[in-house]
Amino acid sequence: MGERGKDDTMKHRKTNLEPLEPVAEKPENQESMARPAATPHKPEARLGREVQARIGQQLRALYNDVVNQGVPPHLADLVRRLSDQDQD
Amino acid sequence: MVDQSAMKLDPAIRDQVLATVPSLRAFAISLCGNIDRADDLVQETLLRALAHIDSFEPGTNMPAWLFTILRNLFRSEYRKRRREVEDADGRYAETLKSHPEQTGRVEFEEFRAALAKLPADQREALILVGASGFSYDDAAAICGCAVGTIKSRVNRARTRLADLLAIDSVDDFGPDRATRAVLAGGGRN
Repeated sequence: MGERGKDDTMKHRKTNLEPLEPVAEKPENQESMARPAATPHKPEARLGREVQARIGQQLRALYNDVVNQGVPPHLADLVRRLSDQDQD
Repeated sequence: MVDQSAMKLDPAIRDQVLATVPSLRAFAISLCGNIDRADDLVQETLLRALAHIDSFEPGTNMPAWLFTILRNLFRSEYRKRRREVEDADGRYAETLKSHPEQTGRVEFEEFRAALAKLPADQREALILVGASGFSYDDAAAICGCAVGTIKSRVNRARTRLADLLAIDSVDDFGPDRATRAVLAGGGRN
């Protein structure tokens, strides 16, 4: 895990949530499985890759929503002021 | 609170600090569930970090160092308020207004609500690894726990989220039935 300085590098960063192979396309008839709530899977069951990918994607979308706001001016000022104070 | 001892800060270090602020805020919001409190927490973190910048070893992981400080501050000073976050049930969701275009709006709302339902430890681990991009090792260092603990929290968080989202997908509203079907179908493996 090295430097993640730039916003844009962070935005497109692959994270550890998706160590598996790329998500395979699912055929349309998956719809027939859309009601599994009555048979909840065991907690230790391996999650489907589609679910993992979806969770990872939405998690990053939520997070990057804030990251993309950049540095608020008052915090940038604070850092610059504190960094310079010995030279003034 | 800022120690006034010598602080001639290397501009490169200062830039590393600045570059971490956006993700620091995102993490803080996930902890606090409130954007104003999160910004206060980030500000405190920056004050603390710059006052103790000598304890940062150049070349090591600046984001991990700042995240650790922020988390420790949150734990020590904000802990008493954590119950609010636990009970928030969607308050974290309310802190963010915009919706990335690539995700359906309803689906996105469901995800945020589900995330808010996770225990704080699990949500924190999931965000560090899954959104901030830290390694399991770094996340463990930030949280002051074993790597295995982080892995287990992340796994439980993902399982719980998958459950919540699969259950929600049974509801018939939502623009993206194909995605829902995939989500639900994958979740029962």
